[in-house]
Amino acid sequence: MIPRYKKIIFAFLLVTSMAMSAVLWQLRERAHKRLIAGQDTSPTQAPAVAPAEQATLLVANDDYNSMLPQVHSLPLPKDPGARARAILGKLLDLYASPDANHPVPGGGTSIAQVFLLPAAASASAPESPRAQPSATAVPDPRQTGPQLAVINLTGGFVASHPSGLETETLTVLSICGTLHANLPRVTQVRFLVDGQPHATLAGHADLTRTYLTAEAGPTEPTHP
Amino acid sequence: MLPAWITIRPSSAVLRLVLRGRLLICALAAFSTASHQAAAQAVAPRFVVVLDAAHGGDDPGGRLANGQPEKAFTLALSVRLRSLLTARGIPVVATRESDGGVDLDRRAEIANRANAQACLSLHASESGSGVHLFVSSLAPVSHTSDKEPSLGAPVQSERFIAWRTAQAAAVNRSLALAGVLNSALLHAGMTVTLGRTSLLAVDSMTCPALAVEVAPERSPGHKATAELDNPGYQARVAEALAAALLEWRAEARLP
Repeated sequence: MIPRYKKIIFAFLLVTSMAMSAVLWQLRERAHKRLIAGQDTSPTQAPAVAPAEQATLLVANDDYNSMLPQVHSLPLPKDPGARARAILGKLLDLYASPDANHPVPGGGTSIAQVFLLPAAASASAPESPRAQPSATAVPDPRQTGPQLAVINLTGGFVASHPSGLETETLTVLSICGTLHANLPRVTQVRFLVDGQPHATLAGHADLTRTYLTAEAGPTEPTHP
Repeated sequence: MLPAWITIRPSSAVLRLVLRGRLLICALAAFSTASHQAAAQAVAPRFVVVLDAAHGGDDPGGRLANGQPEKAFTLALSVRLRSLLTARGIPVVATRESDGGVDLDRRAEIANRANAQACLSLHASESGSGVHLFVSSLAPVSHTSDKEPSLGAPVQSERFIAWRTAQAAAVNRSLALAGVLNSALLHAGMTVTLGRTSLLAVDSMTCPALAVEVAPERSPGHKATAELDNPGYQARVAEALAAALLEWRAEARLP
């Protein structure tokens, strides 16, 4: 005959182990989902304590091959690099929304870093539209001249970007135009993917060149 | 003093042989000059079109709605367009005729060697609507000659042209070619969008060059009215492109 207290202890241990199993299973599922989605747990949203400011986003539209400015209010940090990242994050959040006219999955976490460097003077000369920036350029906080923005995209964003000349070109140009609209000193933009040079965005748009922000102004729809 | 028995006395037979040799040399020289003239006539400018079916081999390009890779669509469109142009007497050079991978630089090399008057890089995508025409985003550079070259003429500059920016000297004529294609496609009742982009193969071409991206036709409500796998839609696009290139040939005034 099993004593009653042993039965109670057994039942208690059984219920506890089942509950723990359920919790562990749920944690495992959550971790698995995070791994599949390639979620970046690093802080990607601008800090909420920062005051909300207005930012102009050049939003692309696939139907009309156009980019039109939209003003959004969002908290922006003071540091220019973090500010640029927050603004571009907002732009990519718009593209990741279900009703976007330029659907691109990934959202704000797709911008890993934005570095701002002094721009090479030769790159803006008309005779060298594809000049390379100086490799030895060192950021100087007192510098007030044109800047080169180096945008480090995540590999997940590039892997999931829709393939096509129009869609890839619009993504690149809207990033360049949005940066210039909010940080006018940024005149050139280069792209990295996971910290490395990458040939194309998704098989078409060239990511090895230096983009001039002057090429990326607002464009009207080219057909009704 | 040489002995008399080894004195060389040219006989009349030897003289005749020398004379015949000289005549033979003169005849060969005349033949060579004539063949040079014939070769010069052979490379006289002719209207040639280069069709570059994008992707291929290990590079499938984008994935279309029916699961077909972009490389298969571009090859099918290239073959269809080639047969239409050939039937109209326009010589065509294709960068690929099978599912083989061709390097981007190799594509530009083929186009530049062909001395073509129009180069079309063919693409397909599920995003957007209708046909997208893209010209290189390179800034145009001034031509060395005072005389503006004819519309279809490839770049004949004596200045050094950088490989990655070779298209810069032809951008103005590429824009003119885009205008002709735009008119023809609109005339065929299609939606057309125009843009500028940076595409490695096109940027290295010295001919008037465009990237042509075909997307499904969509109604204003974003509903597809003609999918990419619709043979009728493919035929309409190819016919409109062929008609545009015929018009471009007429403007270039080349045989």
